[in-house]
Amino acid sequence: MGTKIILVLCYILLAPFLGGILEGFDRKISARMQGRVGPPIRQPFFDVIKLFKKQYIVVVHSVHFLLLSYLAFMILTGAMFFAGADLMLCFFILSTAATFLYFAAVITNSPYSTIGSQRELVQMMAYEPAVLLTAVGFYISTGSFNVRTIIQQDYSLIMKMPGFFIAFVFIMTIKMRKSPFDTAASHHPHQELVKGITTDMGSKNLALFSITEWYENVFLMGVVALFIVNKNPWSYLAAVLVILAIYFLEILIDNTSARMKYELMLKMTWIVTLLTAGVNLLILMLIA
Amino acid sequence: MFGESIVPFLIIFPLVVALLMLVIPVNEKANKVRRTIAYTSCSLIMAGVCALVFDWGMGGFKPISLFPNTLVCDHLTLYAEVALAVVVTYLSFKYRRAWVSLLSIVPTVAIGWLDLFGPKTRIMDETPRIYIDHLTILMCIIIGIIGSLIIIYAVGYMHGYHHYSHAHVKDRRNYFFMVLFLFIGAMFGFVLSDSLTWIQLFWETTSVCSFLLIGYTREEIAIKNSFRALWMNLLGGCALTIAIIMYVFSTGDVSLQHLVQYVLAGKGTEAYAMLLIPVTLIAFAALTKSAQLPFSTWLLGAMVAPTPSSALLHSATMVKAGIYILFRLAPAMSGNLTGVMISIVGGSTFLATSFMAIAQSDGKKVLAMSTLSNLGLMVACAGVGTPETLWAGVFLMIFHAVSKSLLFQDIGATENSLGSRDVEAMHGLLYRLPLLAICMFIGITGMYLAPFGMLISKWSALCAAVDEGNILLVLMICFGSATTSFYWTKWLGKIIAKTNEGPVKDITKPNEKISIVIHSIMMVALCCLFPALTQVYVTPLLMELFGEPAQVLPTGVLYLLVFLIVFVFALPAIAFAFSKNMRANQKLAYMSGINTGKDEGFVSSFGEEKKLVLANYYFKDRFGQRKLMLPCQITIFVLIVVMMCMIIGGAF
Amino acid sequence: MANIKRSPWIIHYDGASCNGCDIEVLACLTPVYDAERLGVENTGDPMQADILLITGGVNAQAEPIIKQIYDQMPRPKVVVAVGVCACTGGVFKDCYNIKGGADTVVPVDIYVPGCAARPQSIIDGIIQARDLFQKRSEEHDELVKSGKTYDEAAKEEQNG
Repeated sequence: MGTKIILVLCYILLAPFLGGILEGFDRKISARMQGRVGPPIRQPFFDVIKLFKKQYIVVVHSVHFLLLSYLAFMILTGAMFFAGADLMLCFFILSTAATFLYFAAVITNSPYSTIGSQRELVQMMAYEPAVLLTAVGFYISTGSFNVRTIIQQDYSLIMKMPGFFIAFVFIMTIKMRKSPFDTAASHHPHQELVKGITTDMGSKNLALFSITEWYENVFLMGVVALFIVNKNPWSYLAAVLVILAIYFLEILIDNTSARMKYELMLKMTWIVTLLTAGVNLLILMLIA
Repeated sequence: MFGESIVPFLIIFPLVVALLMLVIPVNEKANKVRRTIAYTSCSLIMAGVCALVFDWGMGGFKPISLFPNTLVCDHLTLYAEVALAVVVTYLSFKYRRAWVSLLSIVPTVAIGWLDLFGPKTRIMDETPRIYIDHLTILMCIIIGIIGSLIIIYAVGYMHGYHHYSHAHVKDRRNYFFMVLFLFIGAMFGFVLSDSLTWIQLFWETTSVCSFLLIGYTREEIAIKNSFRALWMNLLGGCALTIAIIMYVFSTGDVSLQHLVQYVLAGKGTEAYAMLLIPVTLIAFAALTKSAQLPFSTWLLGAMVAPTPSSALLHSATMVKAGIYILFRLAPAMSGNLTGVMISIVGGSTFLATSFMAIAQSDGKKVLAMSTLSNLGLMVACAGVGTPETLWAGVFLMIFHAVSKSLLFQDIGATENSLGSRDVEAMHGLLYRLPLLAICMFIGITGMYLAPFGMLISKWSALCAAVDEGNILLVLMICFGSATTSFYWTKWLGKIIAKTNEGPVKDITKPNEKISIVIHSIMMVALCCLFPALTQVYVTPLLMELFGEPAQVLPTGVLYLLVFLIVFVFALPAIAFAFSKNMRANQKLAYMSGINTGKDEGFVSSFGEEKKLVLANYYFKDRFGQRKLMLPCQITIFVLIVVMMCMIIGGAF
Repeated sequence: MANIKRSPWIIHYDGASCNGCDIEVLACLTPVYDAERLGVENTGDPMQADILLITGGVNAQAEPIIKQIYDQMPRPKVVVAVGVCACTGGVFKDCYNIKGGADTVVPVDIYVPGCAARPQSIIDGIIQARDLFQKRSEEHDELVKSGKTYDEAAKEEQNG
């Protein structure tokens, strides 16, 4: 119980720092890939602090409480995950959180954020099957949805479920809003959508959004770690290495590909999900 | 023990009221009398259901069998059957669709022949005609409470229907309410009967009632759709008749309960394959009734009817009849080809119709598609036929009945006030018709959003499918739930989007509001109480069906979910309270600097002010009903034919 | 005291420009000049921007747009006029449709001359702008201490 509480507290307190630093490295590495110097690693924190200090502006007042709910549900998702709760439940709450983000964008009735939010919905539709299948994959491999049980296996689960791993990494590109799947909102300026789903969020609201994204990224990385971690303490180190490798891969994909049309994204994600996670599921079920 | 008097009351009383309704003419004065009678009889029906539950509870919540040796009644059912055939024949000749009458005459003749000249066995006479257990009671509660509430709603709705939205339709309210009550009576008969000949009679009655309701407006489209509903349901009736004849000839029994027991006992013997044929045929009949693909089109066509009848068809009655009979048969379908057939048909319907729902912008059509989709999931659960899947299925049925009934009534009331039932027209409904919008919100969130009811059912269905190793079903549920959340979320977004248009006059009648609000409260209560419901009700229900209890999700998780539900309400509320008093500088929405100043338009390149209209994505050319329906129907039809051939071929 | 000048986000508005300055503004973000190392981000969204870069003169059509975009930016905000057209109207000053420089519509803080303005000078302008940005933020903090909001302060400024 004690370790659980410590882990959850660690997540709540440290995840934004970790997420921020990861984003800082992301921007730095991206810049280096483009032959630039790039901003300092701490840049994301400067940005968020500035956003908090600026005048509070809104288009519709409700946006703020919807974003707060988004943040709260995201924290809840991660907290439950790191407390070792049911993985499926975590994913369901994650989708509830995403729904609140959709509400926050669509309630303003402004053209750019509405288009962005519609695309966000398409993205949710694209990644949902892979997310659910990942949970199912863990269930079949270990007989439990509980994160606590999943990490106490004799071997890394990636051996049993490589297909699920590929599918999950694939949809992480969507979740992390990386090109070519950054159709709803983008970290890069000068887009046809202006800022997509975040267009009408300024100052404090945007800061909330950024912090929530950091929480989300840390949670997603936690799920990646779930594929690696097992009884052996050294596997935690391996998990960290794999996370860093995956993050680097996402940055590489981001910098080397152009944005895709959302219909193509939907088609591609589903086909990849079926071919990797679906086939892996079939094999696992045949073995069992 | 007064069950012996309540059961006939529940079946016959609505029929009497139906006759009374027909007699009362349509005019302002008589409408008041009709209203009073409708309210009183609905209260009486609800009281009857309560009495039945009470009586059954006093008996220790144990299955009760009633009325063996009812020869007189059997003959009466025969007369009723003939009367139905006469009605169908008359109407099909009147509307020049004579061939439909064949589907009614043939089974009637067959049943009549079986009754008069077929084998007469002692077991057949002594089988109780009525059987009451947890599943029956659950159905009775759904029919009694939700059905009655829908009738109360209908009293107000039909007034608005004939005065505002459909003033051109001839006012035949006496006829309409007659059919509604007839329907309720037939449904009670259907779920209470154990004798298959009785079930067949009530089956045909519900088919004819739905036919009459759909054709209410007598417009060309209504007649076309009503005949489609009729022939599809009668086709199911034909399959049921064949099943009964085969069953009687092979065992000399007519009891539905016994059929399941025979199948379970006969596993591994030679008679097993032979017994499976009636099971398959009855299951096929259930597919037509619960509007699975390829028979889904009748339920979609039923949308032309006034909203209370759609609500009744979709939530409490008709389609639930098919599900009910599949649940009864579920133990017999576990682990054989019939079960595989039913689960694949259900799973495909779930997936295909949730795709088609994306392309719909007509609110009622979205509801219709989602009904089909949820029914598909229930059918799939029944097809897998394990206690775990049935657990999910029963919950799906309960939540679906309440939330669909709520949504249909709500959308009907919205249409009367707003003049449109298109989802796009509901832009900013929260600020224009607050009460209806909030109830709609509750209904929709209850349908899909974590951690509310439907999601739990979907989750447990997923777990059960994984445990069963049914990979096709697992994939279908995963993809289907993604598409499901797409069409619901975009609808919710439409409701809350900011608008500058002023409030609309809410012309919803108090009785409509009462029904809608009661439904919303029931929805929330169900979500909060479902762990208790599991222990008190669903587990014993499964014990009766399977002889073993089942629970997919551990009780701890269930309570955690309830905690989460509280959280889901509390968090935004706290966040709202927290941010309410924050001083903020309000800015215009960003429109590249050409916002006209009120967030409702922009300046075009010609310097004119253009109104801003925002719409959701529908993917009509990709997921449209026109594009997907026919291929899906053909594929699944071929699948059903092939599998039925395999099952029947396996018996010989 | 937070060091908010390390994150100056800009929005670039192109008035009746010949596109010369616009290309130079974009050049600032390319590897050679890399304005992002200063934390500069070209947001394209006024709600998220701190510095408004205007290139080109202002004509009748652009006037309400610039006003609206300026209004949508949260305080503290800084306006930089890039290029001689944005500063004064430039060679187009006497055209029938040109009102003049950006300062005819919104209060301009920093003028970056040149035709076209060179990336070095644009970056220099941004650096001056972000110092001003920091200064205004500090002034605001003082105001908050004395219990006023931006809007009240702005009103006071107008009156006195």
